[in-house]
Amino acid sequence: MKEELIVSGRMNDLVDPNLHIWHWPIPLYLFLGGMAAGILCLAALYYMQGKEDKYRTAVRITPFLAPLLLVLGLLALFIDLRHKLYFWQLYTNIKFQSPMSWGAWTLMVITPVSFIWCALNIKELFPKWDWKFRWLKFLDEFFTKYKKALAWVMLIFGIILGIYTGILLSAFNARPLWNTSILGPLFLASGISAGAAATLILSKNSEERTHFARIDLVFLGVELFLIIHMFMGFLASTQVQIDAARMFLGGEFTTSFWIFVVFMGMIIPALLEIMELRKYHIPAVIPALLVIFGSLMLRFIIVHAGQASRWLY
Amino acid sequence: MAVNTRKCVGCSDCVVACQTENSVPIGFCRDWIVEVNNGTYPQITTEIRSERCNHCDNAPCVRCCPTGASHIIAGGIVLVKKTECIGCGACIASCPYDARYPHPSGYVDKCTFCEHRIKNGMLPACVEVCPTKCLYFGDLDDPNSDASVVLKKNRYKTLIPEAGTVPQLYFIY
Amino acid sequence: MTSRRQFIKISFAGAGTLAAGGAAWGAVKWISGKDETGITEPPLSRTPTYCEVCFWKCAGWIYKDSDGQIWKIIGNDEDLNCNGRLCPRGTGGVGMYNDEDRLKTPLIRVEERGKQVFREASWDEAFTYIADKMKAIAREHGPECIALFTHGSGGKYFGDLLQAFGSNNIAAPSYAQCRGPREVAFMATFGEGLESPEPTDIRDTKCMVLIGSHLGENMHNGQVQEMSDAIDKGAVIITVDPRFSTAASKSKYWLPIKPATDLALLLSWIHLIIKEEYYDKKYVEKYTYGFRELSEAVKNYTPEWAYGITTIPPDLIRKTAKEMANAAPAVIVHPGRHVTWYGDDTQRSRAIAILNALLGSWGRRGGFYRSEIVEIPSYPHPEFVEPSKTWRDAFPGKYVLADLALANGICDATIPVTTRDCSFKGWIVYGTNLIETLPNQKNTLEAIQNLDLMVVIDTMPMEITGWADVVLPECTYLERYDSIRVVPHRLPQIALRMPAAEPKYNSKPAYWMARQLALKLGLEAYFPFEKIEDLLDWQLKKIGTSLDEMKRIGVKTFPKAYDNLYFADDEEVEFFTNTGKIELYSTAFANEGFDPIPTYTAHPEPPPGYYRLIYGRAPMHTFSRTSNNPNLFDLMDENSLWVNPKVAKEWSLENGQRIYLKNQDEVVSEFPIKVRITERIRWDSVYMVHGFGHAEKRLRRTYGRGASDTKLITNVMLDPIMGGTGMRGNFVTFILNPEEAGVKA
Ligand SMILES: Nc1nc2c(c(=O)[nH]1)N[C@H]1C(S)=C(S)[C@@H](COP(=O)(O)OP(=O)(O)OC[C@H]3O[C@@H](n4cnc5c(=O)[nH]c(N)nc54)[C@H](O)[C@@H]3O)O[C@H]1N2
Ligand SMILES: Nc1nc2c(c(=O)[nH]1)N[C@H]1C(S)=C(S)[C@@H](COP(=O)(O)OP(=O)(O)OC[C@H]3O[C@@H](n4cnc5c(=O)[nH]c(N)nc54)[C@H](O)[C@@H]3O)O[C@H]1N2
Ligand code: SF4
Ligand code: SF4
Ligand code: SF4
Ligand code: SF4
Ligand code: SF4
Ligand SMILES: [Mo]
Repeated sequence: MKEELIVSGRMNDLVDPNLHIWHWPIPLYLFLGGMAAGILCLAALYYMQGKEDKYRTAVRITPFLAPLLLVLGLLALFIDLRHKLYFWQLYTNIKFQSPMSWGAWTLMVITPVSFIWCALNIKELFPKWDWKFRWLKFLDEFFTKYKKALAWVMLIFGIILGIYTGILLSAFNARPLWNTSILGPLFLASGISAGAAATLILSKNSEERTHFARIDLVFLGVELFLIIHMFMGFLASTQVQIDAARMFLGGEFTTSFWIFVVFMGMIIPALLEIMELRKYHIPAVIPALLVIFGSLMLRFIIVHAGQASRWLY
Repeated sequence: MAVNTRKCVGCSDCVVACQTENSVPIGFCRDWIVEVNNGTYPQITTEIRSERCNHCDNAPCVRCCPTGASHIIAGGIVLVKKTECIGCGACIASCPYDARYPHPSGYVDKCTFCEHRIKNGMLPACVEVCPTKCLYFGDLDDPNSDASVVLKKNRYKTLIPEAGTVPQLYFIY
Repeated sequence: MTSRRQFIKISFAGAGTLAAGGAAWGAVKWISGKDETGITEPPLSRTPTYCEVCFWKCAGWIYKDSDGQIWKIIGNDEDLNCNGRLCPRGTGGVGMYNDEDRLKTPLIRVEERGKQVFREASWDEAFTYIADKMKAIAREHGPECIALFTHGSGGKYFGDLLQAFGSNNIAAPSYAQCRGPREVAFMATFGEGLESPEPTDIRDTKCMVLIGSHLGENMHNGQVQEMSDAIDKGAVIITVDPRFSTAASKSKYWLPIKPATDLALLLSWIHLIIKEEYYDKKYVEKYTYGFRELSEAVKNYTPEWAYGITTIPPDLIRKTAKEMANAAPAVIVHPGRHVTWYGDDTQRSRAIAILNALLGSWGRRGGFYRSEIVEIPSYPHPEFVEPSKTWRDAFPGKYVLADLALANGICDATIPVTTRDCSFKGWIVYGTNLIETLPNQKNTLEAIQNLDLMVVIDTMPMEITGWADVVLPECTYLERYDSIRVVPHRLPQIALRMPAAEPKYNSKPAYWMARQLALKLGLEAYFPFEKIEDLLDWQLKKIGTSLDEMKRIGVKTFPKAYDNLYFADDEEVEFFTNTGKIELYSTAFANEGFDPIPTYTAHPEPPPGYYRLIYGRAPMHTFSRTSNNPNLFDLMDENSLWVNPKVAKEWSLENGQRIYLKNQDEVVSEFPIKVRITERIRWDSVYMVHGFGHAEKRLRRTYGRGASDTKLITNVMLDPIMGGTGMRGNFVTFILNPEEAGVKA
């Protein structure tokens, strides 16, 4: 029998017996960021493809959620900080090696961009809107002129943000579960599917809905593929990663992951969307909400399980 | 720093000494003792290790710190600047050894190799107190330092070298 | 001709240069290995002390931080007991000072004993109460009916008080519950006991044999340090223990002996060493008495015979005997310290002493050195009255060889019996938690219920205080002066303890308490100094130093009176035994009708479903006294029950599961204990660390954590020779389901 124990009673709060330094704010932050990234990417993409009118909701309406999500996300991040008074230190430093740093900076860029995008589309929501001040009007015109460039910025930083939500974790090779490059694409895909789901809910146009149901389906498929790929990768890797995978294959997180994330968050909505595409009448909100829920749960479970996974020594 | 597991008795004196020297709040610690037993009665081996931050050469905690609060000073000691730390916890999550902890005052704390002592020519508190003298401290680049000398004469290992952090705490076994 | 460890009387002029200024601020190694003096930080204020967390009494310095708060305690480099390094308990001594559960003011009991209802009292009230009761007891029964239990520095002054009052019944649990059998055995063999620190020359040994003695967990500082030095030098360590102790894990040989059978192993080793002629012929010839009788007596104790009893394979017994012989005389068959195990402990210790004698290790480098001690004069005072009775009167013809009072003996003699005209009526208990210290709690409590007066002087609201009539809160050792520390060592040394801070709350030092009581009892002639400082200064000046000097240096080393730590070649040595020789055959034992040479007797074994309860130390705790210490609690907050995986499987126990224990007398542990499944123990025994399972609620941190071994030790195996209480003849079984045994969950 092998016995390994700490005999000096180490019980550091939030670290022992298993790391649990990150509670709800971080996964929430990652989810909100991911979903906002998904929304903004889709909006930028369709705008640039000139499908602004065809997918009006996605380009003009859903993005109104983004600033809200981003601000809430930043708030969640702020809540998570334990030395809040020094928050500003995040923005007096740029640390390229620190995902946390460039995440913070990405948000710094994309949050105003998302506000501008909304401002440009404000008339969609409030047709009578009037920019009261001249300089605001000037800005409006300025950005309208460079809307394409803005869309590019939005797309690029959206992708960075989406990937970042995964990279933040995968940069930690101290936690075997997180230590996989698949987390970046996986979280991006999950963010996009959540973003698509948002449009699915908001859109009143059946053509747009069908399209976004398809998008959702594609990204759910991608996600499933990535997840399977991830576990296969783990199982073919070192003992610690095998152990990390085992948490999901019979271990502590098996039920929550496979039921909430994969089954309820991916397979069921996928089936529902397929049925809908086959013209069965299914209220679009149901699969969409499930997708969003699955995307949220994915972050929660990966963040929690990752902290529980460790090197044996 | 080198730790001779053949002599360490796991008394945890190094832990209390660190707590008092560095006013580590009760309930927290910068160093700790691991006991590993292998085998089946009556063929058993026991390894006892006094562990702390490894002051890694390739320190992920420093890399992932968004503010630069975690930094490396000359001599390779990894430190945290209280007034730059925002308490985001990234460094805690990044350390494969769980060597850091969130100080109740908000910032993140860990072993400093008693930098305040060594710069005044004293040994780290844990090294100075260890009753079995199984902790050896010194500049590893200096072949005559206590740590270098003892490492030259003995078989040693580091912890989780696979994690790629290039740890600077050596365990003689 | 010389005799070992004679007390030396030192009176010389002009001493004091030797150790002055040599302490902590000397040259220290710089990080790069260079020597660097001239430290930039100014030395912070520090005060000398010696540690009171256990009885090794290491000398150290108390440092304060810039706010004037006690910050840390560091060993004194000059001190031979610690060599500048305290053990974890000593380092964590600050926790004793900071413990917010400390006794804060004198208490007087208001309801019946054991109900633990007290009222706060003034010191004067408390002393008046005690003095009145003491006088009443002296009037009705004689002053001898008051006893003092003491285990700690300040107890000295209560001892003086009691002797002045007319009683010399002064007992420490460190005798009949601890090292008594070993002292008697070594006295019988070498003509002197071992005392503390034991003169084991571990640092230079080539082979050390540990019989149970679990150095490394038993954190007696100097010994652990020297064991580490010995490991460095490649010494062979042989550990005999049913448990894979820390020491066993550092050993070349681990002999996982069936508990209670050590004497068989020892006899077999003696047999081999004689038969194979491994013994030191010259030494045996020159110094010992009774070799022929011994050879005859151990003739049949072959390794094969011992194997059947101990489960240690014969070739391992042979190999280890050879190792000892190869190393001799630099070999130590360690006498152990807590040796009250199975009731035949004096005989087991005798076998250890005999082995050492045969190997010629006594008085030899790497064996046992000759220590020296400084004698501190007492201030002249009126003669103590010769008491007309002592505790021995309760045990006519028994325990004659015990050279100190038996704590359990006084306890037994407190329970009235018709055959005795007077039982003890008053107890003063200084620094010993008798409830957790004496085996057979029921007996202890019955004795206490028969008292007219029980005074407890303690720093913490330990179990014992709950039964007292008056509780006197002592300040911790960091807040007081005490008597000068004198301990035997390689060099004669003394150490000073002085306060680093004012006593917290309304606590006071022992000297002050004893003197105030003396004033109430009209015994002030015995305490002429109002302040202990003046007494200490007077004493220190007598030996050539002063309080001022000692305040500066903390520890002072005196010149040796003898130039040799070991017997010189061909040195004539007289031993203080009847024959003047090392007695392999004990004439003293023979005279008292005991086996002059140890013989093996079998002990009961656990019935099916039961396991032998063995116990020991955790390096970070001292008995029951530190479990509430915030710093040390942080390191270990409960004990666990070590269980072999086979046993765990049989019982379907899981790691970390909490279970109750029930012993052979149906006594159930008060609290559940966490199971630790480990290969490090035999399957016929379970192990726990002594000192947990506190039932005293005022110990808020440690209350109810872990289990108390003492509670389960109801079968006491009395040592017929010296009255020690063998405590390892108890067997426990597991209660997985509390309701089943009627335990309140
Ligand atoms: N940390 C710490 N150190 C201490 C103390 C403390 O409270 N805390 N107390 C000090 C005091 S006063 C004393 S007396 C000493 C006591 O310390 P020791 O003298 O070392 O005490 P032992 O009873 O020999 O040690 C207990 C060991 O005996 C083993 N044992 C149990 N039964 C048997 C048996 O039948 N045969 C053999 N061979 N071994 C057996 C146990 O497994 C355990 O490892 O420790 C001293 N040091
Ligand atoms: N079951 C069991 N019983 C044992 C042992 C065992 O291992 N198991 N070991 C035995 C041995 S080896 C020994 S030596 C004895 C030790 O027995 P004890 O000396 O009785 O040990 P403790 O239980 O620590 O009790 C010490 C008491 O002194 C108090 N105290 C501490 N510091 C001070 C102070 O400065 N002043 C005053 N006035 N009080 C103070 C503490 O609060 C505590 O109440 O126990 C023996 N009994
Ligand atoms: S003080 Fe020394 S012997 Fe004790 S646990 Fe620490 S390193 Fe080991
Ligand atoms: S041990 Fe951990 S905290 Fe220390 S340097 Fe390495 S990664 Fe950083
Ligand atoms: S918690 Fe502090 S030290 Fe750690 S990564 Fe964040 S800012 Fe840096
Ligand atoms: S070097 Fe100093 S800070 Fe680090 S563990 Fe030792 S005592 Fe603590
Ligand atoms: S051995 Fe430890 S507890 Fe005992 S006196 Fe020395 S430092 Fe204090
Ligand atoms: Mo003892």
